[in-house]
Amino acid sequence: MKNIVKLTTPLDPNRIETLRCGDFVEITGTIYTARDAAHKRMKEMLEKNMSLPFDLSGQIIYYAGPCPAKPGQVIGSIGPTTSGRMDVYTPLLLKQGLAGMIGKGKRSQEVIDAMIRYKSVYFGATGGAGALISKCVKKAEVIAFDDLGTEAIRRLYVEDLPVIVLIDCKGNKLYKEFDK
Amino acid sequence: MRVIQDTVVIAAVEKMCIEANCHLCEDVKSAIEKGRKEETSPIGQYILDQLIENAEIADSCNMPICQDTGMAVFFVEVGNKVLIEGRNLTEAINEGVRRGYTQGFLRKSVVADPFFRENTKDNTPAVIHYEFTEGDRLKITFAPKGFGSENMSRLKMLNPSDGMEGVKEFVIDTVLKAGPNPCPPIVVGVGIGGTMEMAALLAKKALTKPIHEKNPVEYLDRMENEILEKINETGIGPGGLGGKTTALCVRILVYPTHIAGLPVAVNINCHAARHAEVVI
Repeated sequence: MKNIVKLTTPLDPNRIETLRCGDFVEITGTIYTARDAAHKRMKEMLEKNMSLPFDLSGQIIYYAGPCPAKPGQVIGSIGPTTSGRMDVYTPLLLKQGLAGMIGKGKRSQEVIDAMIRYKSVYFGATGGAGALISKCVKKAEVIAFDDLGTEAIRRLYVEDLPVIVLIDCKGNKLYKEFDK
Repeated sequence: MRVIQDTVVIAAVEKMCIEANCHLCEDVKSAIEKGRKEETSPIGQYILDQLIENAEIADSCNMPICQDTGMAVFFVEVGNKVLIEGRNLTEAINEGVRRGYTQGFLRKSVVADPFFRENTKDNTPAVIHYEFTEGDRLKITFAPKGFGSENMSRLKMLNPSDGMEGVKEFVIDTVLKAGPNPCPPIVVGVGIGGTMEMAALLAKKALTKPIHEKNPVEYLDRMENEILEKINETGIGPGGLGGKTTALCVRILVYPTHIAGLPVAVNINCHAARHAEVVI
């Protein structure tokens, strides 16, 4: 039986230091969705010295764009999208205090370097398990960029969201390199 | 001539959009279950268990298997004795997509311009490929395509001297470069021959073939099995986290080509490998 680490948000820096790549984790608490278009806008806001739609300190961003909720549902399917597309924006957000990211797939060396520098963690959710993951989402509300539709920033309250540590704050990676 | 009302096409497309996105195809389901039985990596088993449970939840709640309900891709065979009355066929299919993605609470993932990127809010336009056949029937194949896997696809104009070995190497290299990104276990569509765009089209069409269907061309069947075996020896595994279930199948389609060329396209599909077919 695998050992599961229970985490709550906002993330405690001391807890982040104890997480190691390969750890099975269940997250409970508030997390935020943001993907391509929302990242682009956040970068533009930071360049204009505007404050972001939410304070990033200690928070987790989930790279996801959900399906619309049916009547009676909290949210539609909501699995992770490929994190690598956010790599160009990520170091900037880590610098602002972002403590964790949930997505799928590889990250760039620049992101890993910034993760080590700012002590943050990258979790993997199972790609394509959007229906399963939706059951962990207990509350969802759009807090910014409503015009972006699925790409808007949503505040989610999740319970026991199952993830695996893909890259820890020391830069250890779970994915093996296959294309070298 | 046989007259088919546009409303019939619209209703059929609407239904296909919802069903293909919410219910995992039987061939894909049994391939994932087979992979689960044979998988020896514990983390690989864990991921495959999640995928099976996910498909069951999607099926029973009639909700999308994956939030990326894709860009709507269609292959349409139009019999020469068919007349569509009302809207033209392209408009009818797009209307079906519009209704299906709205009524089915599917994600709208299409932006109108690749640079300005404003969402069209109804997942249109679809990508539609037509073929003209004999007879009085209309066959519509639907394969919604998510972009986690689409982005990992590649095309290369090989030289004739590169031969089968060159093709195999390119396909495997593409899978290695993709690693965890396209949501393995993947389905690999390979198009060989024709021109640049024909190779890409064949690769996409290959993804609509049922997983367990044997390639009718014997040497291609052998090639598919050889490539599949090599892919599953890479160790990428389910979710890219290690294991031997990296691909569920490899499908190859070929077409005559030019004396100077050997185009090859590799279109990767995720483990949901959604496809549906209707004959009107």
